Amino acid sequence: MVVKVYGPAFASPKRVLVCLVEKEVEFETVPVDLIKGEHKHPDYLKLQPFGTVPVTQDGDYTLFESRAIIRYYAEKYKSQGTDLLGKTIEERGQVENWLEVEAQNFHPPVFNLTFQIMFTPILGIPTDEKLIKESEEKLDKVFDVYEERLSKNKYLAGDFFSLADLSHLPFTQYLVCQMGKEYMIRDRKHVSAWWDDISNRPSWKKVLELYPAPGA
Amino acid sequence: MVVKVYGPAYASPKRVLVCLIEKEVEFETAPIDLLKGEHKDPDYLKLQPFGTVPVTQDGDYILYESRAIIRYYAEKYKSQGTDLLGNTIEERGQVENWLEVEAHSYNPPIYTLTLQILFSSKLGFTPDQNLIKESEEKLSKVLDVYEERLSKSKYLAGDFFSLADLSHLPFTQYLVGPMGKEDMIRSRKHVSAWWDDISNRPSWQKVLQLCPPPF
Repeated sequence: MVVKVYGPAFASPKRVLVCLVEKEVEFETVPVDLIKGEHKHPDYLKLQPFGTVPVTQDGDYTLFESRAIIRYYAEKYKSQGTDLLGKTIEERGQVENWLEVEAQNFHPPVFNLTFQIMFTPILGIPTDEKLIKESEEKLDKVFDVYEERLSKNKYLAGDFFSLADLSHLPFTQYLVCQMGKEYMIRDRKHVSAWWDDISNRPSWKKVLELYPAPGA
Repeated sequence: MVVKVYGPAYASPKRVLVCLIEKEVEFETAPIDLLKGEHKDPDYLKLQPFGTVPVTQDGDYILYESRAIIRYYAEKYKSQGTDLLGNTIEERGQVENWLEVEAHSYNPPIYTLTLQILFSSKLGFTPDQNLIKESEEKLSKVLDVYEERLSKSKYLAGDFFSLADLSHLPFTQYLVGPMGKEDMIRSRKHVSAWWDDISNRPSWQKVLQLCPPPF
């Protein structure tokens, strides 16, 4: 049975897609149009009661929250494809540390920027310029920490690519492309090298090719 | 060597403390006074460059982000104490699902309420009543989903206590205690039973006894 992934056009589901490609796990996708409000449809809410994407369905087994899904598949298929969790319990701890950093420190400002810059025009909502400025300042501080970290390690969790790096792909792609803020990456030597490395992985290029972002 | 946990008076570090007690792992604590700004001290920033609590030091091995730390110790000590990750890979997936729900849906509004209601006077700003109202509404909607979920399973990830439930303890304790919003829990039959169950675990009672909050 093939894993079904809902909402492939959007950023968070792309964490799941790139993970499944790295783990060589077959999947199919089901479109969910957030602009049309399909995520608030009663049938969708039965799968994901918070009304967000992604959800995965693997036979009867349903999971939501992209970072839970990628942890599950990285663990379940540990013995095939790319190892995304490190080799030891200590390496896994570092992966968890930096995946939480992405979720708690990186994600909130980059999500605000995404919503305000890319989605308020489409949704016909007033754009909050003050929030954009504050979010960029917060994101700058996060990138300064990353620059320091990546001057000591090739990847965030250590010298190996992991879920911690992978989790950054979808929204950073928006930052450098659709949002026109590539300078935030390029102004930082180690962050820049890291971005080139992770975004040029064949798995990520494949995901972008198969599932263009809305309005890309 | 004993695990050192920084910032025990505060909520996020208490996730780590209750986890270590459940896993029967010895620890010691190092106080960090957030109100005095000790988390922005250069020596602390060397350990945790984002300047938040907790950090753990286990010999040379340093970790931060409470939900990373609890996953690490729950996995490392899987064979002792309470099993906090489920028995199968599928059960673990459910634990991860609901731990992420806590982090992304539950925590943001309850953290805002904590800051606005409990810490505003200490930090010298006027509480934003609109923000409090919005956060309470968001939290209500999340608790409605929990009520539905907990009407079908005893705990969030299934019929077993896990990191997903544990992660809710510190801030929910603030909600029912000093924030005076116990009605949000009590007005929901299954959430209420779940809260009684998890908050009465000896491990949580011990944490509250050992490390009282900063008020």
